[in-house]
Amino acid sequence: MEDLKVTPLHDKHVTLGAKMVPFGGWDMPVQYSDGILAEHHHTRKNVSIFDTCHMGEFIVKGPNVAEALDKAFPRAVASQKNGVARYNFLLSDKGTVMDDLLIYRMDDEEFMLVVNAGTIDSDAARIKELLPNTIEFIDKSNETGKIDLQGPMAAKIMTKLGFDLAELPKGYKWIRTTVKGIPTLLSRTGYTGELGFEFYTDADKIGELWDHLLSFPEVKPAGLGARDTLRLEVGYPLYGHEMDEDTTPVEAGFSPIMKLENRQGFIAEQILKDPAKVTKVLTSIVLEGRRAARHGDKVVLEDGTEIGTITSGMFSPLLAKAVVLSYVQPEHKLEVGDKTFLKVGKKILPGIVVAPPFYKEGTVRMKIC
Amino acid sequence: MKKFTKEHEWVNLEGSEAAIGITGYAAKELGDITFVELPEVDDDATIGEVLTVVESVKAATDVFSPVAGTITAANEELEDNPQLINESPEDRGWICKVNGVDEAQLADLMSEADYKAYIASL
Repeated sequence: MEDLKVTPLHDKHVTLGAKMVPFGGWDMPVQYSDGILAEHHHTRKNVSIFDTCHMGEFIVKGPNVAEALDKAFPRAVASQKNGVARYNFLLSDKGTVMDDLLIYRMDDEEFMLVVNAGTIDSDAARIKELLPNTIEFIDKSNETGKIDLQGPMAAKIMTKLGFDLAELPKGYKWIRTTVKGIPTLLSRTGYTGELGFEFYTDADKIGELWDHLLSFPEVKPAGLGARDTLRLEVGYPLYGHEMDEDTTPVEAGFSPIMKLENRQGFIAEQILKDPAKVTKVLTSIVLEGRRAARHGDKVVLEDGTEIGTITSGMFSPLLAKAVVLSYVQPEHKLEVGDKTFLKVGKKILPGIVVAPPFYKEGTVRMKIC
Repeated sequence: MKKFTKEHEWVNLEGSEAAIGITGYAAKELGDITFVELPEVDDDATIGEVLTVVESVKAATDVFSPVAGTITAANEELEDNPQLINESPEDRGWICKVNGVDEAQLADLMSEADYKAYIASL
């Protein structure tokens, strides 16, 4: 059996008493000694750090790379300015999602693509396929370390690190800087719904950065368990759940950011622009009680007839009720406020359709100066 | 008399009433408990049948009844505070009480010492 990969921070997690689990081929901390709920609450009230070194980073550069990317991705890339990051989707020829990613524009002819850990190799192969061979592709994943700092107190930590709040990047923007002397690409991005930043450094410097961040009493480590509960609580999709190779980004609800009606000449254009190709509707549901419905459970009519499938579900720590993301058949499309039912084993549990996010007090767009 | 099962339940028999819960080992394995489906008072408890479902952040687990009798109490505190099981799994985190239990039912279960040895071997 192939050994699991480890990030440069692996031994620190073990020393901190983390419960380590395999994730996408990596040995990662699912939680530390306080547990998932404590880490979740700490992130919403204070500030946490997450080891995200396992994610992939690719550099693509060359003449007209922006135009090439603009054709290869559904959301516009050519109009993206230097210093900006945009959420986008790597698609199959059928317009279904092979991965979701952030595309950072580094320079006029250089971009950084940040992808999920479990799909690094398949993403690299697909991107190379989609781009002309005049474009250089460099996989920097193994040389790059990454830490997410997330929580309302993140700005306070940045001040403690010596930053002037006015110099910090705004939402979905990034800057090159140094943190305690460590060259860092710093972006105001994240996956928790809270104010936060992502720090990219050389892999051999990320440990030093982790130690600096953890030296502040406000900062606690949080693992993949809390990363998942935090993202679901604010309705963020997870690749493999709300998006996969059977789902288009239109079905996943991202038409508003892709603005396809303003675009031409991009991958799977005919499919993505065709309303008849929408075979399911992403639906957010809050259950009445604490008992959770989970990935694979069904959305049903009161008589038990299946009308949909749950893609992610859990007990929401801040709502103290269970919440679910699901795909519902278009002919049974539900509106916000509709009552609906979830089938969990033999039980049928009532719920109400809501507009996401489930948790609405997240500080992600907080004005910090 | 307190006894333990291989499925990590504990039974504390006093007279003919048995208090039942899950052990600290089970609670730790499950992680933060988010929901407990409490059994109904006056229902029967049957050996080997599902007594309750305990859910954590990650998963749901069936808890099987180690004894037979009638359920006389369910720990209502667990409705709003299921994490009590994580805080005090073998004391304040008791799940339910069953009456009509006799000692013979516990004969095949493990003593505390045997259970400690058992979990050390896992």
